[in-house]
Amino acid sequence: MDAQVSFLDQLFNQRILHDSGVDGLYARSAVFEEVISQFEEFALAFGRHEISEAMVFPPGMPMADFETSGYMKSFPQLAGTVHAFCGSDHDHAGLLQCLAAGDDWTDQQKATEVALTPAACYPLYPILAKRGPMPETGAYVALQSYCFRHEPSKDPARMQMFRQREYVRVGTAEQTMAFRETWKQRGQEMMRILELPHEVDAANDPFFGRAGRMMGASQREQELKFELLVPVNSTASPTACMSFNYHMDNFGKAWNIRLADGSPAHTACVGFGLERLALALFRHHGFEVDAWPSGVRKALWG
Amino acid sequence: MIATIRALLTQHGGLPVSVDTLADDGDLYDAGLSSFASVQLMLALEEAFDVEFPEHLLNRKSFSSIAAISAALSEITDDRQVA
Repeated sequence: MDAQVSFLDQLFNQRILHDSGVDGLYARSAVFEEVISQFEEFALAFGRHEISEAMVFPPGMPMADFETSGYMKSFPQLAGTVHAFCGSDHDHAGLLQCLAAGDDWTDQQKATEVALTPAACYPLYPILAKRGPMPETGAYVALQSYCFRHEPSKDPARMQMFRQREYVRVGTAEQTMAFRETWKQRGQEMMRILELPHEVDAANDPFFGRAGRMMGASQREQELKFELLVPVNSTASPTACMSFNYHMDNFGKAWNIRLADGSPAHTACVGFGLERLALALFRHHGFEVDAWPSGVRKALWG
Repeated sequence: MIATIRALLTQHGGLPVSVDTLADDGDLYDAGLSSFASVQLMLALEEAFDVEFPEHLLNRKSFSSIAAISAALSEITDDRQVA
């Protein structure tokens, strides 16, 4: 690992990914996408019998819901919002002039009602909240979304646009914490089947600034986040390929998701970083998927 | 110092109970202090006392009670006098 030719360059050379000129923004090859879709099937097999429904989200979410999420409090450095031209004919002429001159042309761009989704489960919560109080069984949703985080990097496992597949549990504290424990075990079982080296460790999100260091320390002390780490780009700092998160009743309160007794719902989610898991498989089993270990091929392709 | 801490806690703590009812060693998280409110409190304390909490004090324990906050602030101001 940490070879002379970077893993990213190897992926470009093998045409697994294609360079766009912007770090963290890559075209995917057919084989890369096939690995992801087979992994999704594999992951769904572990929870399909338990879920109450499934959803797929577009890569953008309503700005109002993005604001409610509190993302700007904690991660302003990672957020992306969609802006569009909202000017007149005159403004358009000015814009074209700026473009031709190589000047900043974005003055007339105005924020739209869309933010780029920063975490796959965020668009779910307002949908659930609108339905009124939860049934006693709560909700158990399988979902997938493209996400955006502004953190350009040469590490192929740190993309700016990537997909998360998640299972989200909404209900009582007991239901959500039991769900998270179950998935911590299942996640490790999945990695054993896929023959990927891994470890689970307590973690914290990359909260912004000095205040964020305190948020991070607090998150760790309360064991709200665990990550399943696999060496991908480096053995020294392995990559979080799954995360197991307990949000307490923070999202229940933020979006006003209520239990049958009127108290705020607790939420938990398990997230699978789809690109990261695909990269882990290529890293450990090679660029030729036909030559992957038979157990891995059987798990993914049947 | 304690009076200022109590005043800032009233302002930034977002506690469902009156700060007057809390003992100096009472657990603030049990009293309803959220992680986010504890950060707001930390920033307000820094401004009021003109200090900066060092890395090793940026944790839940430092803000777990009025007495703990007072001890953390004393540690910072003592260090400053030595330096």
